[in-house]
Amino acid sequence: MFEAIWQYEFLRNAFIAGLLIGFAAPLLGVFIVVRRLSLIADALSHVTLAGIAASLLLGKNFPYFTNWNPLYIGMGFSVLGSLFIEKLRAVYKHYQELAIPIILSGGIGLSVIFISLADGFNTDLFSYLFGSVSAVSRQDAWTIFAIACLVTAMILLLYKELFLLSFDEEYAVISGIRAKLIHFIFIVLVALVIAASMRIVGVLLISSLMTLPVAASIRIAKGFKQAIVYSVLFGEISVVVGLLLSYQLDLAPGGTIVMLAVFILLATLMWNKWKRG
Amino acid sequence: MKTEYVLKMEHVSFRYEKENVLEDINLAVPKGAFLGLVGPNGSGKSTLLKCVLGLLKPQQGHISLFGTPIESFKEWHRIGFVSQKANSFNSGFPATVYEVVASGLTAKRGMFRFFTKNDKQAVSEAIEAVGMSAFAKRNIGELSGGQQQRVFIARAIVSKPELLILDEPTVGVDVHHVQSFYNMLEELNEHLGITLILVTHDIGTITEKVTHVACLNKHLYFHGKAEEFEKLGEDALSKFYGHSLHVLSHQH
Ligand SMILES: Nc1ncnc2c1ncn2[C@@H]1O[C@H](COP(=O)(O)OP(=O)(O)OP(=O)(O)O)[C@@H](O)[C@H]1O
Ligand SMILES: [Mg+2]
Repeated sequence: MFEAIWQYEFLRNAFIAGLLIGFAAPLLGVFIVVRRLSLIADALSHVTLAGIAASLLLGKNFPYFTNWNPLYIGMGFSVLGSLFIEKLRAVYKHYQELAIPIILSGGIGLSVIFISLADGFNTDLFSYLFGSVSAVSRQDAWTIFAIACLVTAMILLLYKELFLLSFDEEYAVISGIRAKLIHFIFIVLVALVIAASMRIVGVLLISSLMTLPVAASIRIAKGFKQAIVYSVLFGEISVVVGLLLSYQLDLAPGGTIVMLAVFILLATLMWNKWKRG
Repeated sequence: MKTEYVLKMEHVSFRYEKENVLEDINLAVPKGAFLGLVGPNGSGKSTLLKCVLGLLKPQQGHISLFGTPIESFKEWHRIGFVSQKANSFNSGFPATVYEVVASGLTAKRGMFRFFTKNDKQAVSEAIEAVGMSAFAKRNIGELSGGQQQRVFIARAIVSKPELLILDEPTVGVDVHHVQSFYNMLEELNEHLGITLILVTHDIGTITEKVTHVACLNKHLYFHGKAEEFEKLGEDALSKFYGHSLHVLSHQH
């Protein structure tokens, strides 16, 4: 594939986008997992799907939208969905996890309606569901690059606040940290990364790229920074090897990437067991 | 010279549901005091602290911190806190002792700022002060309950707060370390002039250390200097607790 990367632009785009997502998704994933919000990624990815379906539907009926990148409407839906989740979590103070199935089923419901209005599945939609090596345009790659930069900058700048908020929310509030604002920024970042990832891993599998590498890393990491480093490392390995495999074997990359992440998780679990005797 | 008050509560009443948990509390803590707050279980001690920390809003009355009404108080980094349920965190959390203690500096440093060299020095010193240096690189979840509690104490003192609030900080800490912990508090109080509010059931030990005592059971039954408190005698205290103190000290 390496020669092919230099030969074909689409492969180069896919590879660059993959590297960026393999970095950004697990990076946010660490905070998501330790805050026990793993399912939020799932809920948001289904809302993103609704946005993509809406975009495809619009493109079909209005020539004006035909050239619109579904990424943008997907992103818009995802960010709106994240705001709704926050609202719902505030309403159901004692049942915060309720927000997730509400948004998730809302997202699926909307998607199904849009898809049937657009006369069912087409290959385009399939590639959004499970990812595709050939679907990443240069514009997509640049958008993903911008999002990855934004995520990295925000995590660097808000690292200590996010850490404290994740570890001990009450203490964060007592310290006078602007918990609501920071949580809001964070969830918007999550929404953006989910939308950005759909070209490569697909909407249905993005949450696993946010959680599986982290699940593996927290079994072996000493400390939070190490957990982040391992998570990103595992994420990158999954993406790079997954993309290579998917190209060689002509499989949807979403599947190979996620299976590699599962494989790494199992390997760390076994390593842990072996180490403890 | 006019006395400076770190904390002032005037006619404060608070209720979670229908019934008042705190009623008409008047409490003034002068700068440099070491206040022991005592009272039976469910008497409202933790609730009172939460009101002071701005986590709960009293329905009636007025609280001021460092002379500023709590509604407009912004300098929360001047206050350190060790919660009663500090070790109820998720024990699988991948954070080292060092990282947890450093998080105590978050507010002081401010948003969008990184920790400095001095901060790192302060973290090491705080860990040293609670005798946990050997564990600095260990994950917090791998420590015993008492060790975790010491880490949370280090987190509270790392920012060198002017007011340190401790809600039964020594639960689960062994006798030897409780003693050195009280000595540490005394040192913070005497040498650094940090004002302390300590909730505890360990009345015997604290009366040696504290300068002021407050007895709470929904109302504030007593609030004054430690010497005056000792003059009350054990009878008054037993009456206040509703049962013999002898029994109480056996429970803990
Ligand atoms: N979140 C809550 N909702 C409703 N009632 C509460 C809540 N927290 C505490 N209470 C009630 O308020 C009263 C005071 O509780 P508080 O925790 O302040 O007592 P405490 O003096 O700290 O007790 P302890 O010595 O056991 O720590 C108790 O009767 C308790 O049942
Ligand atoms: Mg209490």
